[in-house]
Amino acid sequence: MLVYFIRRMMQAVLVLFIMSILVFVGVFSIGNPVDILINPQADQEEIARAIRVLGLDKPLWEQYWLFLVNAARGDLGRSFVFNIPAIELILQRMPATMELAICATFMGVLMGIPLGMWAGLKPDSVSGKSIMAGSILGFSLPTFWVGLMLIMIFAVYLGWLPSTGRGQTRNFLGIELSILTWDGIKHMMMPAFNLALFKLSLVIRLARAGTREAILQDYVKFARAKGLRSGRIIGVHVFKNIMIPIVTVLGLELGSTIAFAVVTETVFAWPGMGKLIIDSINLLDRPVIVAYLMIIVFMFIVINLVVDLMYSVLDPRVRIAEARG
Amino acid sequence: MLKKFAATVVGLAAGLSLSGIVAAAEISIALGAEVTSLDPHFHNLSPNNNVAEHVFDKLVLQDEMQRLKPGLAVSWRAIDERTWEVKLRQGVKFHDGSAFTADDVAATFERVPWVPNSPSAFTTYTKPIGHPIVLDPYTIQFKTEAPYPMLPVDIANVYIVSRKQAKAPTEEFNSGKAMNGTGPFKFASWTRGDRITLVRNEAYWGDKPTWDKVTFRQITNDPTRVAALLAGDVNAIEIVPTADMARLKASKDISIFRVVSNRIIFFHMDTDRDKTPAIFDKQGRPLEKNPLKDLRVCKAISKAMNRSAIVDRVMEGEAIAAGQLLPDGFYGTSPNLKPEGYDVEGARKLLSEAGYGTGFAMIIHCPNNRYVNDEKICQAAAQMLGRVGIDAKVEAMPSNVFFSRANKLEFSFMLVGWGSGTGEVSSPLRALLATFDRDRGMGASNRGRYSNRKVDALLDQALAMVDDGKREKLLQQASEVAINDLGIIPLHYQVNSWATRKGYTYVPRTDESTFAFEFKPGS
Repeated sequence: MLVYFIRRMMQAVLVLFIMSILVFVGVFSIGNPVDILINPQADQEEIARAIRVLGLDKPLWEQYWLFLVNAARGDLGRSFVFNIPAIELILQRMPATMELAICATFMGVLMGIPLGMWAGLKPDSVSGKSIMAGSILGFSLPTFWVGLMLIMIFAVYLGWLPSTGRGQTRNFLGIELSILTWDGIKHMMMPAFNLALFKLSLVIRLARAGTREAILQDYVKFARAKGLRSGRIIGVHVFKNIMIPIVTVLGLELGSTIAFAVVTETVFAWPGMGKLIIDSINLLDRPVIVAYLMIIVFMFIVINLVVDLMYSVLDPRVRIAEARG
Repeated sequence: MLKKFAATVVGLAAGLSLSGIVAAAEISIALGAEVTSLDPHFHNLSPNNNVAEHVFDKLVLQDEMQRLKPGLAVSWRAIDERTWEVKLRQGVKFHDGSAFTADDVAATFERVPWVPNSPSAFTTYTKPIGHPIVLDPYTIQFKTEAPYPMLPVDIANVYIVSRKQAKAPTEEFNSGKAMNGTGPFKFASWTRGDRITLVRNEAYWGDKPTWDKVTFRQITNDPTRVAALLAGDVNAIEIVPTADMARLKASKDISIFRVVSNRIIFFHMDTDRDKTPAIFDKQGRPLEKNPLKDLRVCKAISKAMNRSAIVDRVMEGEAIAAGQLLPDGFYGTSPNLKPEGYDVEGARKLLSEAGYGTGFAMIIHCPNNRYVNDEKICQAAAQMLGRVGIDAKVEAMPSNVFFSRANKLEFSFMLVGWGSGTGEVSSPLRALLATFDRDRGMGASNRGRYSNRKVDALLDQALAMVDDGKREKLLQQASEVAINDLGIIPLHYQVNSWATRKGYTYVPRTDESTFAFEFKPGS
């Protein structure tokens, strides 16, 4: 087990290292940040000064070497634009995104499983078919369009919800959370639903397929023959068995939701990390781009590791091969 | 009795409506770009300066047409060719209650070059004028090495901080601790990426601002910003997208405020190199000669541009056809320069005279997220060039790629824009049309490497002419020479627009700034 863990961590370090090279070279080849950061009124001397101050006059390999040396000390550089450490900047924005992603995932689960099971139990009914048709829409409609439509309907025409922004937050264990205030919840409803839509559709499909398969299984038939209430059969026996694939998929989806909530954050002016990374790319703020991607890669590695470990806990048939990894 | 009753009712109603205004003395404004730092000297970037303008004052301010007006300086004059004397306003207090004096100006000029890690420093404005000499607490002098008429314009860009903040790092401004200015609003809070709130400075020396509290929301996505206004979540927005303009104008809940901007959109072309990278013959082979070095070809391209079609269709009326570097009426513009007329026949004739009767092929390089409808303008221009026999292909790219490549001179013909921060023609002349000269800081954005000794000479004279009247004449002449020589091909001036809910007014500004104190209740 320990060997397995160490091996995975070494792989992680290697991935992070390769990632940093790719991003460094990538951003370097896009262009010179000073060309976009400098005020147009600046003269050549001022441009040269800015290039020097940001360390961009050094050759690429030297810039990268300096980055590695600092990274080894846990310093991924200072944002060119914000002039604060890139990690600090990203961690400041992280709670907003995390909160949104977690709420969206919960929405997907809490709405998706009952709807999917219903559609699985009554596949030929009008309601079952409508749920499935709805899930196709959830898959195929572009997020930004749905987001704008939500704003137009619920904020502009009906006036029920605020159109954009994060609303009031409350400090909880040092983290600003908007879920703790009514104003914050109102602000979060639309972006969370928008972000949840894809997951919701996914969960509906998984739950429906799982349910349809499960109700034909012998243990369900046996339970029926035993005379168990159908509520108990569905609520306990079927439910438990369809959860395994849903949990797996959602674990991975959570990662991509956190990393790529960009569109929803932009449409709803949500001050999360996704908006930060897009702005940073537009301004070629390399320290932030590098730090962000490193954090995301690290997060994916951890999630994958946790999922793998969970497997062996959840399903005794899955064993981690210690010797061969 | 009845009369008295009526009077009471009226009085009550008046009182109510008055209290209504008092209670509603808050305004929420959506900005279209992100504020990245509150330090007024860290990054010379429009959204940052926009916020700084509320908390800090400058010695000289710019009105809505960018004409200079007194700020912390009550007067400024050149006492000889190389010395400027500035009299400071008395009785001004910083937000922390301390008095403003000449020493704070000196501290500001010390801080500007000191600010660490600045990606675009304000030394652009302080370097040419040197450090102020404090004569008494309310008089300072600037001694320049050469005659420097631009001094009042330059000091109209530098935010004055207190001596106490002379060595305050950027972090202290961002946290609010060092946000100690003399401006009409005091800093209250900043949530990065989301909003900034300000409260009224009761002790402000100028007109007392209407609003008790101002919230600047940052909503960079265009449709979202419009939706926030329509939903009533914000009272006003800046940068109204042209696509939504017609609809907002038709709405009875919305008022629109617009004014021509100081930003010109133009083509810059390589008029310098004999072999230019993005021009070919019609089979795609490189040309022996660079056709853009021939004035007749440039003239033909200018004549091929149907500017009114671009303004009406591409810009949906939110632009004005351009014939020089700044709209008429700005300092240094020439009354003799008019937009080139649309003339396909004339263009064809000029091309065949120049020996390009069969035309040539060209790539128009274009940013796609920098100026209003930038890529669409290029597409329209390419079609117009097709009509005179030039096969133009548009290559559009994000501005982070575009400007790096443009600065490396990888383009032959490109769409660019220029906003004159000073509100004077000297700004675009110096940056775009003066011969590129690293040592003298001329032509820094001259990406076509246009060079004309006459323009350089006139500009040099103008930049050393302290007499405003004579200087304007020189600038007009320099504009005329450069524009008639087609150093650039002007297309149009952008129109700046703001939209508010009904019941608010705004004094629209040529410099694209959005100042809360220029919003007023009423319609």
